[in-house]
Amino acid sequence: MDLQEVQTQLTEWVNEAATVFHKVPGSAVLLRYVRSSYQNDPVRSAIELILVIFFIRYLLAPSYSTSKQNFIKLTEDEIDELVDEWVPEPLVAPQTALEETDMEKLPVLVGPTGPKSKLANGRTVTNLASYNFYNLNANEQIKEKAIQTLRAYGVGPCGPPQFYGTQDVHMKTESDIATYLGTEGCIVYAQAFSTISSVIPAFCKRGDIIVADRAVNYSIRRGLEISRSNIKWYNHGDLDDLERVMQKVVQEQSKKKLTRRFIVTEALFETIGDLNDLPRLVELKTKYKFRIILDETWSFGVLGRTGRGLTEAQNVDPTQVDMIVGSLAGPLCAGGGFCAGPRDVVEHQRLMGAAYTYSAALPAMLAMTASESLNVLQSNPEILLHCRENIRLMKGQLDPRSDWVVCTSAPENPIMLLVLKPDVVNARRLAIEDQERLLQECVDESLANGVLITRLKGWPISNSIGLKDGGWTVQPALKICITSGLSKKDIEKAGVTIRHAITKVMTKKTNNKLGLPTA
Amino acid sequence: MPRKLSNPFSTSSMPHTERSGERRPSQSKGNRLTQFFSQKPKESLSAQQTLLAMQQQQGISPATISLPTISLSTATAGEPNSDEPPTTLFQPPSADEARKKQRVDAQFGPLLSPSHLYVSEHHGKPLEAPVEDEPPYYFVLTTYISYLILIFFGHARDFFGKRFGNKKHYETLKAQNGYAPLNDDFDNFYVRRLKMRIDDCFARPTTGVPGRFITLIDRKSDDFNRTYKFTGTFTETLNMSSYNYLGFAQSEGPCADAVEECVRKYGLTSCSPRSDTGTSDLALEVEHEIAQFVGKPAAMVFSMGFVTNAGSFPALVSKGCLILSDELNHASIRIGARLSGAVIRSFKHNSMSDLERKLREAIAQGQPRTHRPWKKILVAVEGLYSMEGTMVDLPGVIALKKKYKFFLYIDEAHSIGALGPKGRGVCDYFGVDPAEVDILMGTLTKSFGANGGYVAAEKHIIDKLKSTNAATLLGESPAPSVLMQISASLRIITGELAPGQGEERLQRIAFNSRYLRLGLKRLGFIVYGHDDSPIVPLMLYHPAKISAFSHEMLKRKISVVVVGYPATPLISSRARFCISSAHNKEDLDRLLAACNEVGEILQLKFSTGVAGGSEPLPAGVSPEMEKEWRKANGLEGVVKPPRWRLEDVVTRGELDVKDQLR
Ligand SMILES: Cc1ncc(COP(=O)(O)O)c(C=O)c1O
Repeated sequence: MDLQEVQTQLTEWVNEAATVFHKVPGSAVLLRYVRSSYQNDPVRSAIELILVIFFIRYLLAPSYSTSKQNFIKLTEDEIDELVDEWVPEPLVAPQTALEETDMEKLPVLVGPTGPKSKLANGRTVTNLASYNFYNLNANEQIKEKAIQTLRAYGVGPCGPPQFYGTQDVHMKTESDIATYLGTEGCIVYAQAFSTISSVIPAFCKRGDIIVADRAVNYSIRRGLEISRSNIKWYNHGDLDDLERVMQKVVQEQSKKKLTRRFIVTEALFETIGDLNDLPRLVELKTKYKFRIILDETWSFGVLGRTGRGLTEAQNVDPTQVDMIVGSLAGPLCAGGGFCAGPRDVVEHQRLMGAAYTYSAALPAMLAMTASESLNVLQSNPEILLHCRENIRLMKGQLDPRSDWVVCTSAPENPIMLLVLKPDVVNARRLAIEDQERLLQECVDESLANGVLITRLKGWPISNSIGLKDGGWTVQPALKICITSGLSKKDIEKAGVTIRHAITKVMTKKTNNKLGLPTA
Repeated sequence: MPRKLSNPFSTSSMPHTERSGERRPSQSKGNRLTQFFSQKPKESLSAQQTLLAMQQQQGISPATISLPTISLSTATAGEPNSDEPPTTLFQPPSADEARKKQRVDAQFGPLLSPSHLYVSEHHGKPLEAPVEDEPPYYFVLTTYISYLILIFFGHARDFFGKRFGNKKHYETLKAQNGYAPLNDDFDNFYVRRLKMRIDDCFARPTTGVPGRFITLIDRKSDDFNRTYKFTGTFTETLNMSSYNYLGFAQSEGPCADAVEECVRKYGLTSCSPRSDTGTSDLALEVEHEIAQFVGKPAAMVFSMGFVTNAGSFPALVSKGCLILSDELNHASIRIGARLSGAVIRSFKHNSMSDLERKLREAIAQGQPRTHRPWKKILVAVEGLYSMEGTMVDLPGVIALKKKYKFFLYIDEAHSIGALGPKGRGVCDYFGVDPAEVDILMGTLTKSFGANGGYVAAEKHIIDKLKSTNAATLLGESPAPSVLMQISASLRIITGELAPGQGEERLQRIAFNSRYLRLGLKRLGFIVYGHDDSPIVPLMLYHPAKISAFSHEMLKRKISVVVVGYPATPLISSRARFCISSAHNKEDLDRLLAACNEVGEILQLKFSTGVAGGSEPLPAGVSPEMEKEWRKANGLEGVVKPPRWRLEDVVTRGELDVKDQLR
């Protein structure tokens, strides 16, 4: 409640009342009476006088404005002239060459997404570019459940959760996720991408302190930006550096009023693929009294024996992590995102999470699918093993054998990010754009041989404005998404294709030349 | 690239053979119906058969049928006699059929009379701001006093509670073993002390389709709304709360059939952002359809309406640009604007003179401090404002746009589908060429009964946005089932699928909106918004009436949305009715009757008559002659507060909504 607003309203009202009062017949008598009574109570008169002065001052004060400081007064004609002269820039800049080629080469799938997908040009290719790690998209049991839900709920809930958009299906999904993870509660958002951008500002306000890993993904960056908190960065993956930053924060804050402090980081990093060290994080957090917002978008359903994520993989009690944010749209093949944590944390978001409060709820079918997918994962943990085996096989084909690329992803991460080796980049003096171009050629070459892979999209981060993050750049990478839907033979074959594609591109004469110093 | 889909609805001859390869459980005609009612509705009619059914019934226009049961709108997939001659339609329904029909009707009410239709269209004249009536002074005063009392008690309870109360309830407000409190005591005051009192009016859990009726899961609280317990019972209520403008929230009928087919074919997701492998033939087809529908060369779809705004502004404007935003714009627009890095200024709601003043000042003064000219100015407005029920003054904005050369961004979240003779939003309603507007954005969550949002613009703009909008590059792409819902509902609106039905839906919502608004005004309520707008806010003012109104309506089995501060200004708490094509006159009469009763109980009939609802003119006096007639009878400047009897409202309303409302 904005007290100030109430007060200003109140003063306005009192003022109005005063004028009305004077119009009332007999008010003069009353006034005389009040005046005489004041003689007996000087304190009261003084207070009221101050109030009156305050009102008058308030009324006379010019309306507050910050933009008027160097306002130049112009005549109407001058303004008209300026209006006529003003030429705005076009609404959008033309596409850059890279954007154009990206768009031209964008694969269009016909029919379902699966381990083998059909493209618009009629070819069927091995799809290693979708987050369909367990091929749940083809699971008949899940489909059947979704159709049943459709036949009972329709598609959209046609309203935000606060206004009759909360359906029993959503509540079930929320409690299923909470039980699965082992947290007190859970809240489901309608889109994974918006979840953490909304969770962060729901808690972090102006004046609060957030310590974040330099490499965090774009959604987190958006959240940080909206929060307007005081943001400090630590070097990627360097928890000693984190500790230093935390120590400094604690020191600086020791004399001030206690503010909320947060660590924001990812479990599996979107742009690098490596793994975080949760036990150490929890240790630091408890030592310095920070809260953790952990983005498990890429690890939920992936890490741990049954896919519960980083907490399960590293044996950390999930209640030690204040907020776990994850996606239901990736390997779970449903839609939406979630934030799990203590009950207070969850309930707070129902009013303060902008993307929850101001957006329609998730379609019931997708919520049901998420529940069902979790069920499948829990009862068949062997599909996770199968997927990991495929990751191992793929890695065997690529990482140790390639002269050109290394895999930066953790061994359990089905999203394999391959970056050009530092000595290759250095020797050929490859700028970011050159790397992007080379990697796109690898993607094309590999697709020509029937394997669909893709590139990491780092554009939003490198072009995001406003956040001073100490100059973090995303290194361009090839993105290969492994799926358990392919046999060992298929995976190995695809691995060979990709390796050969990379070698072919990197040894091409023109590419070699281009990379050479111009001198 | 967008190839014609193997969509069961495409009127082009998509052969059966194409689908024969799919794995579909074979079905026997006989048990189709029984299956339908079994716990697991495995398989209802295929979409193809539906189409057949639809086409067979095409000949029968709703107007020619006396039996309400066969209105086009109620003819759905499951009509068991769809592949038999239409004569069987007139046989008395069996028990099963009756149950099924009841179920269908609960989602989409049958049209009771062909005269309950109206075309939503603007008739020439410049758009005037609707008159906002005000309650007597006494009510304003007591509203403020109510808030003062609430605040006083809140603080008093906090004061004692923190000292002597249950520790658990105050834990989150205090620093705890070195952690600062998660919620600011001050920020949280409103939620804790004001909203908590009426918390049971919000987030009521529901089940089933949010159609004409909505089923609430009953709950009660033993601890003043801190926690709820489910009582195990359900209440079917008239749904005046969902954004189901065209009534596409249905679990049966052509849309649902298409979606089912689509799930079987495509699975549930595309597991990828649009920039990787999330671009399917279906997505491109839907984008193409949307672009055609709104009248722009290109469009792109997103999996969430909120992010459509939040992501598009940063892709359009940046530092050195100015966003002029209507003061009542949705949170998603405000967040998007903030993320863009541009300077943001707001102008008075729908006030063209204020917008012009701000524009002149902005262009004359240039950027703050440096006085460099702005790179570009983007004006952001909504087509239909969801709390006010007002429409943007589009002709006014366009006139300014021509002079001041700004770019125009319209959020058609609520207006797409709901306004215009063809349902194509505010441009359609005002007869403005969509080419005059730079960016047409909208959500698919509302009129289409799906989820997500779209942006439509010139092709080069969309192309650029596709490569720079982070929500496209990184966010999940819309699920195939959702895309199919969009596609099917769009085709129904355009008449490509189930011809006649789309038109009926469009005209029903227009009639319903005008009918309800006029009715409420005549009963003496203060309602906001333009006449043709399907959002009807009814003013409550007092904070205590927020929950009282909601409870009284719930007692009468009507679910309504109530809103108060901070979603509205402090004093103008309101209830909001969202009209749908799924409602019929019977439903609206039921609502009017309920409002009439509750209005008496809660003293809500404040109106003075300035905003409409006045007595009809005597016979022989046309609206043009009104002025003279008033003069002749000494009635100049006399406004009588309208307090019609319910019966008169119901009987006269049907005719009067077709004329200019007064
Ligand atoms: C004007 C406006 N824009 C955008 C949105 C967000 O749309 P969605 O619910 O699809 O996220 C809404 C929804 O409430 C809205 O009213």
